[in-house]
Amino acid sequence: MKARRKATKYKFRLYVAGDAQNSAQAVANLTSLCKAYLVNRHAIEVVNVFRDPKRALADGILMTPTLVKLSPTPAPRRIVGSLSQTQPLLQALGLHHHAG
Amino acid sequence: MKALRRSPPKSAKAPTGIAGFDEITGGGLPRGRTTLLVGGPGSGKTILALQFLVHGARHCREPGVFVAFEETSKRIAGNAEGFGWKLAELGPRKVFFLDAQPTPDLVQSGNFDLGGMLAMLEAQTRQMRTRRIVFDALDIVLALLPDAAARRREVYRLHEWLLKRGLTGLITAKAGGDEATTIGAQPFGFMQFMVDCGVILSHSVVMGVSQRNLRVQKYRGSSFDENESPFLIGASGVEVASAPTLGHAQRKVSNERVSSGVARLDTMLGGGYYRGASVLITGFPGTAKTTLSGAFAEAACKRGERTLFVSFDSDANEVIRDLASVSIRLDRYLKNGRLRMASARTITGSAETYLVRIKTLAHEHQARCLVIDPVSTWSRSGSEAAAHTVAERLIDWAKAEGITLLCTSLLDEMSSQSEGGSSQQISTLADTWIHLNYLVQAGERNRGLAIIKSRGTAHSNQVRELILSDTGVTLTDTYRAGGEVLMGTMRWEKERAEGAATEVTEVAGKLKRVRLDAEEAELLVRMKSLQVELEAKQVEKALLARTTATRKGEESRGLTRMGELRGADAETSGRK
Repeated sequence: MKARRKATKYKFRLYVAGDAQNSAQAVANLTSLCKAYLVNRHAIEVVNVFRDPKRALADGILMTPTLVKLSPTPAPRRIVGSLSQTQPLLQALGLHHHAG
Repeated sequence: MKALRRSPPKSAKAPTGIAGFDEITGGGLPRGRTTLLVGGPGSGKTILALQFLVHGARHCREPGVFVAFEETSKRIAGNAEGFGWKLAELGPRKVFFLDAQPTPDLVQSGNFDLGGMLAMLEAQTRQMRTRRIVFDALDIVLALLPDAAARRREVYRLHEWLLKRGLTGLITAKAGGDEATTIGAQPFGFMQFMVDCGVILSHSVVMGVSQRNLRVQKYRGSSFDENESPFLIGASGVEVASAPTLGHAQRKVSNERVSSGVARLDTMLGGGYYRGASVLITGFPGTAKTTLSGAFAEAACKRGERTLFVSFDSDANEVIRDLASVSIRLDRYLKNGRLRMASARTITGSAETYLVRIKTLAHEHQARCLVIDPVSTWSRSGSEAAAHTVAERLIDWAKAEGITLLCTSLLDEMSSQSEGGSSQQISTLADTWIHLNYLVQAGERNRGLAIIKSRGTAHSNQVRELILSDTGVTLTDTYRAGGEVLMGTMRWEKERAEGAATEVTEVAGKLKRVRLDAEEAELLVRMKSLQVELEAKQVEKALLARTTATRKGEESRGLTRMGELRGADAETSGRK
């Protein structure tokens, strides 16, 4: 069980609205979360919608910040917000076993 | 009015192209400002908003963006096809759809904002040179925000952005339930204070008939019609019924007369109906209301005027067949396209629906004469008050268009037999009111026609009998006996009796003359014979006088002679 989880790598993409308050908070929260639960098995890509609006448009990102989990689940999960509420966030990411 | 409407390129209003709405708002939505459109479920928010965009893209060279928070763009576009807006033809360069529905797997954690969307829209609108933007169902995304402060912040952010970009914005949002008046209590109620224009759509059911209403709640810097106006979602989108405001249009008043189709009725009216007048024919079932309407339609077609005949009671073909039986031949005009028959039995909905349909049909057909048979059906669908206002607007509209309108109105047979209670009180609005009635006499029902009023024309005050025969519709003279009008067989009998009486009188007169002639001749003869007798007498008399004189002379001569002979007394000669 433990071995399998070690093997899974988490890939995130975080869409932010420049350095707006919510976005900056989200970056910080995600970083600390990864540090706590996913040491050395995560990758974070940050997309600034101000700089790259076409990409956000193509990906259908409306609210910022939005976190998209690209792997390991087959269907990408979207989490909207500053990622400040840890419990629902962990649940959505499938990491709640750790928290519990 | 027209001159005003032609100026919009630089005007402060963005026309919506929605019939009636631009009239209410005096030109459209405030240009470069934000409008809030609220309404209950199914009240027509999305359609109205999309129509605004499509009109801008197609007719005002103003590309638009539609941000869809609720329905997917595919479904919205599909719905729009039903109205013939041809979104595909316009393409995304003219009307761009942004799918912004929150995905069902969306998880929320903490605060967020609409910065991403606005960044995207910024890029998109710059590229497209967008002038108009619609946020459909903004409440959906606002509901995701954790608290009122956040909601307010995001709405302000959106509003600021719209103002900065100079876009004409239209935000739609749901109002709880159907009661649009309570929206002040909605979580986004503050939006109404922020925006420059507020429009409320309501959708209610009155006596089982759906009734949609639109009300402009506020419009900064402009006058507007503040009343609730009924609207409907018609074949080509939203159509708002706008009541003509004061000084709305200078009506052309015509002195021209148009024939009613019945020669004697024209005479009774002093020449016919006025062109552009509204004529009401009331009567109980079977009093030949439809026949009179048919006669009018036929006369109009004969003059070469395009005519629309709307029948609520029966099918178009039935009407034509029935009218043919009184030699009103409408089929040929139907064939050459001058006449258009519309059977409204299939239309369901509010009186408003009928009105808009009829308006559309009349417009399509470019009708100069319009027949609605009967208009009283409207009161069946929905409230009496609504039907009344619809009828009022029908007459107003027909007058503004210069259309000669003839409506029939069915009176309830159970209602009083008096001529008073015409439904929907159209009678007060109509210019000419003809009442058809049954007169029951001597076991017969006969049709009587009376002109109750006819504005501006001298008209006959007599009740005439209306006769339908296979040669056509005629009005006959009536006979009055003991203060009552005689009709039918009684009139016929009276006619016969009167004919016989005339003959007798004539013969008697002749006889008398002959007798007098004879007497005269006799007298003349007698006069002649008397004259002859007189002459004879005179001759006789003269003769007598002569003989007497002679004798007297002889006598005196004799005496003188005797005296001479005697020679005695001298006085005798002096005695003479």
